[in-house]
Amino acid sequence: MIRSLPNPRWYKSGYSIFVACFFIFLFAPLLVTCVLAFNNSNFPSLPWYGATLDWFFANTPDRVGIFHDANNLRSIMTSIQTAFFVSILSVTVGTCAAFLFEQEDFRFKQQLYFIMLAPLVIPGVILGISLLLASNTAGMYFEDSFGLDVPLFRPGFWLVVVGQFSFITTFVTLLISARLKKFDRTLEEAALNLGATRFEVIWHITLRFLRPAIVSGLAVSFLMSFENFNTTLFLVGSEPTLPINLYLQVRDGSTPVINAISLLLMLGTSVFIAINLLASKKSAES
Amino acid sequence: MNIDLSAKDIVKKFGALTAVNNISFDVPKGSFFSILGPSGCGKTTLLRMIAGFDHPTSGSLKICGRDMLGIAPNKRPVNLVFQHLALFPMMNVSENIAFGLHRRGVDKQTIQKKVHEILERVGLPEYANKRIDQLSGGQKQRIAIARCLVLDPTVLLLDEPLGALDLKLREQMKVELKKLQSEVGTTFIYITHDQSEALVMSDSVAVMQNGVFEQIASPRELYAEPATSFVASFVGDNNTWSATVSGIENDCIAVETDSNLHFKTRSKDNVSIGQKVDLFLRPEAIVINPHDVSGLNLLQVTVKAVLFDGANSRLLTVTKAGRELTVSLPQNRQYDYIQKGDRISLGWSPESGICFKREE
Amino acid sequence: MTAFTKKKSLLFWLFLAPVIGWLGLLIIIPHIDLLIMSLKAENDMGDLVWSTANYMEFFREPIYWVTFVRTALYSVITTVVTLMISFPIAFYIAKVASNKLRGAYVILLLLPFWVSELVRVYGWMILLRESGVLNFFLLKLGIITTPIEMLYNDATMIMGLVYSSMLFMVVPLISVMESLDDSLVEASFDLGGGVISTTWNIIIPHAKPGITSGCIVVFMLSLGNYLTPNLMGGKNSLWFTEQIYNQFIASFNWNQGAAFGFLLLLLSSLIIWFGLKVTKQTLGKVVA
Repeated sequence: MIRSLPNPRWYKSGYSIFVACFFIFLFAPLLVTCVLAFNNSNFPSLPWYGATLDWFFANTPDRVGIFHDANNLRSIMTSIQTAFFVSILSVTVGTCAAFLFEQEDFRFKQQLYFIMLAPLVIPGVILGISLLLASNTAGMYFEDSFGLDVPLFRPGFWLVVVGQFSFITTFVTLLISARLKKFDRTLEEAALNLGATRFEVIWHITLRFLRPAIVSGLAVSFLMSFENFNTTLFLVGSEPTLPINLYLQVRDGSTPVINAISLLLMLGTSVFIAINLLASKKSAES
Repeated sequence: MNIDLSAKDIVKKFGALTAVNNISFDVPKGSFFSILGPSGCGKTTLLRMIAGFDHPTSGSLKICGRDMLGIAPNKRPVNLVFQHLALFPMMNVSENIAFGLHRRGVDKQTIQKKVHEILERVGLPEYANKRIDQLSGGQKQRIAIARCLVLDPTVLLLDEPLGALDLKLREQMKVELKKLQSEVGTTFIYITHDQSEALVMSDSVAVMQNGVFEQIASPRELYAEPATSFVASFVGDNNTWSATVSGIENDCIAVETDSNLHFKTRSKDNVSIGQKVDLFLRPEAIVINPHDVSGLNLLQVTVKAVLFDGANSRLLTVTKAGRELTVSLPQNRQYDYIQKGDRISLGWSPESGICFKREE
Repeated sequence: MTAFTKKKSLLFWLFLAPVIGWLGLLIIIPHIDLLIMSLKAENDMGDLVWSTANYMEFFREPIYWVTFVRTALYSVITTVVTLMISFPIAFYIAKVASNKLRGAYVILLLLPFWVSELVRVYGWMILLRESGVLNFFLLKLGIITTPIEMLYNDATMIMGLVYSSMLFMVVPLISVMESLDDSLVEASFDLGGGVISTTWNIIIPHAKPGITSGCIVVFMLSLGNYLTPNLMGGKNSLWFTEQIYNQFIASFNWNQGAAFGFLLLLLSSLIIWFGLKVTKQTLGKVVA
C-alpha cells in the first residue's frame, strides 16, 4: 500500500494509471491553449492549418499579434504596475504584522490575529464590493463636508491596489511569521548585550534573517496580484488589469491572440518561479 | 522438537548491496530467540522478511512447516512489535488491541473479553479507555505487545522495542518480557544491538554481522565459547592482544604478543607456527596476586585507576610496555588494599584465554 | 523622553499602526459599511432609510434564493468531488511515489495554479466547446457524427470548479500525509488489516486536519467563484456571485447587492464555523 510494503501488481499499475489521468486532466487545457497559439487559423480551434507566429508579431488589418496589440499591452503594463505597488505595500505591512504577532504581547492580540486571518475565508467578491461601498461612502462624505473630490475613492488604479493589498497582506504575514518563528531570540539578546539598540538589532540581525521570506513574500504577492480577478472586478475603473481585460474579450468571443497572451503568461510565471526557487535555494545554502 | 520458524539459505540483495547473505536457522516452538548485531548488520531486513514487508531474493521461509513466500504480511501468523511501537494515536488502548481481532471478523463480545484478558495479563486492566498519549513509556511497551499477543501469533517478532526506554525501565522490562514469554509460551524472535538484552532474555542467540550469522548458541555458550573473534569482541567485555604463534603443544599453543609477553593459551582455529592471532581474555578470568602460580600465565602490571562500580568494579592496569588491561575486582573486601600506583602481579589459566586467526 | 526609553514602546506602536490601519480601514470598516448599506433602501420619496426591504426581496423573489441554495449545494458537491480526487493523489505523492519523484510531482502540481484562473478556464473553453478540440477528435475518430456542446451545463461547471480549486485540497493533504509514520500502516497490515480497513481506520483519521482545511478553502473558493460559473456554466447555471455583480454593475442597486453580499458572507462563515466545530479545530491552526 505504501512504498515500504510489497504491493500487488494490480494495485501499482491501477494507481499509476489513475495518477497519469489526473495529470493529463491537469495539463490538457494549458497544453491545448499553448499549441493553438501557433495555429495558422483565425479561430483558436482545430483543424491544424500549419504553424505561424502571426499571433505574436503580425500587424496586418486581419491579424494583430500581441506585440502590436495596444489594448492588451496597456493592460499588461497596468497589471505590472499594480502588482509592483501591491507587493511593496503588502510586504512592508506584512513584516510589521509578523513582528507584532510573533514578538509583541498586548491586549486583544488573539482577536486582532483572528481579524488578520479573516481575509483568507472572505470570498474575494465580498471583499471587492465592501471596499467599493466603503470608498464610495468615504468619497461622498469628503465631497459633502469639504467639497473635495478625492480620486482615490473612485474605482480605478489605486482602489485596485488597495483592494488586492487588503487580502494579499494576510498571506505575506503568514509567510514571514513562519520564518520569524524559527528565529532564535537569544541572537537578539546577544546583540543587545553587545551594545546595539533595538532598531539596530532588527535592522542588522532580524531583518537579515528574514530576507529569504521577504523575497518570496514579494514574489508571491506579485503573482497573486497579477492574476487576481474576483476582488479587482468590482474596483476597476477605465484601466483594466490583464485578467479583467482578457475576461472581457473571452466573454465576447475569442481570437488566438488570447492563446498567445496565455502562452506568454505561462512562460513568464514559470521563469519567475524558477528564479525565485533558485534564489531561495541559494539563500538557504548560504 | 517442534520447529515454529525455519529459514533456509535466505539471501536479500538491494542492488549491489547484499543485506542478508545465505542465512539458515530454525526456531523451536516456545523459545525466545534473539538476533544480536551492530546496526546495519542486516537484522532488521531479516525481521522484515519474516513479517512479510520484504521479499527474500532467494531462499525459503517456513512457519509451522507452511511456506511463507508470496504470502502478504496481513495473512501471516506472525506479528511485529515495532521499534517505535507504532501504536495508533487515533485510537484508545482497547481499540488498538481490538484492531487485529476486528480484522478477523471476531464478534464483539469475544473481542471485549479477549481485550480484557490480555490487559490483565500485561498488568494494565484499568487502562482500556486511555488515549495513547496518556501512557508512560513502559505502559506503551506493554500495550504494543498486548496488541500482538491478543492475536495468538505463532511467532512474535520484536524490533528493538526497549531502545527508547531509559536505563532503569529497560532493566525492569527485560525481566518482565522474559516472564511474559514463559507464561504465554509464544515463540519470540527478538532483535537488538544490546548484548545484555539478548543474553538475559534468550534461550538462544544468533550473532549477526555483515549479513551472516557468526554463531547461534545459548547465551552461556556464546559467552564462554565464542566461535569467531567478532563474537568474542561483541559479546561481553574482553582484553585483546595481537600475537604470533610461537609453539604448539597437544591442546595448547604458545604465543608471543606484540609487546613481547609470552603466554600459553588455547586456539579455536587450526594454527601453525608464525600465524598471526588475536588473543581474547575476559577481565574476570584474571586472578590478582595469585597464591598458587603453577600452570598460570603471569605478568606484572601497575594499577592506573580503580574503577569502582559495585559488583561490576574493575582495575585499570598497564603493563611495562604500556598495554592497558582491565581486571575484574571481586567485592569480597579481599583486595581493598589495592591503590592507584601499586604494582601487582596477575595470573590466568591457559584455558581462559582464546585465540582466533587474524583476518587480514 | 521617558515614554520612548520605556521598553519596546516606540517599536510596538510602529508595528501596530500599519496593522491597525490595514485591518481597520480595509477589513473592519468596509464590512460594517456593507451591513449598514444592506439595511438601507429608498422609500417612496426616494430617500435612503433603514429598512429590511433588501432582505425581504431576497426571500420574495425565487430566482434569488433558489440561486443562493443552488450555489451552496453545488459548492458542497464541488468540495466532495475535489476531496475524492485529491485524496488518492495526495496519498500517492506522499506515500507511494519514490522519494526521488516526489519533489517533481509537487512542482508539476503547483505549476498550473500559478497561471491566472482565466487562462485555465479559457483552456477548458477551447477544449470543450462545440467547435472545440475534443469534438474535433471525437468526430475524426467517428465516435460521434455531429458535434456536441459540452460547455454551458452544470456538470462541466462543477468540473471547472473542481479544477480551479484542486490545489488547495491537494497541498494540505500531502503535508498531512507526509507526517503519517509509515510504521503505523505497516503495523495495521501486520495485524491483519487490508487496504480498505487501513485507509478507513488509520489514514483518514490521521488526515483529518488536512481534510478540514482543504474542504474549508475549496468550499469558500467555489462559493465566491465568479469566472468559472460565468464562462462555463449555462444560462440556467446562475451563480450567486453573478447576482451580486448584476445588482452592482447592471442594475446599479447597491443596497440590494450589499444585502446579497452579506448573505453570502454569512453563509460561508457559518459553514466554516460549523466545519471547525465538527472537527474540533481552530481557524488559526487550520490555515497556518
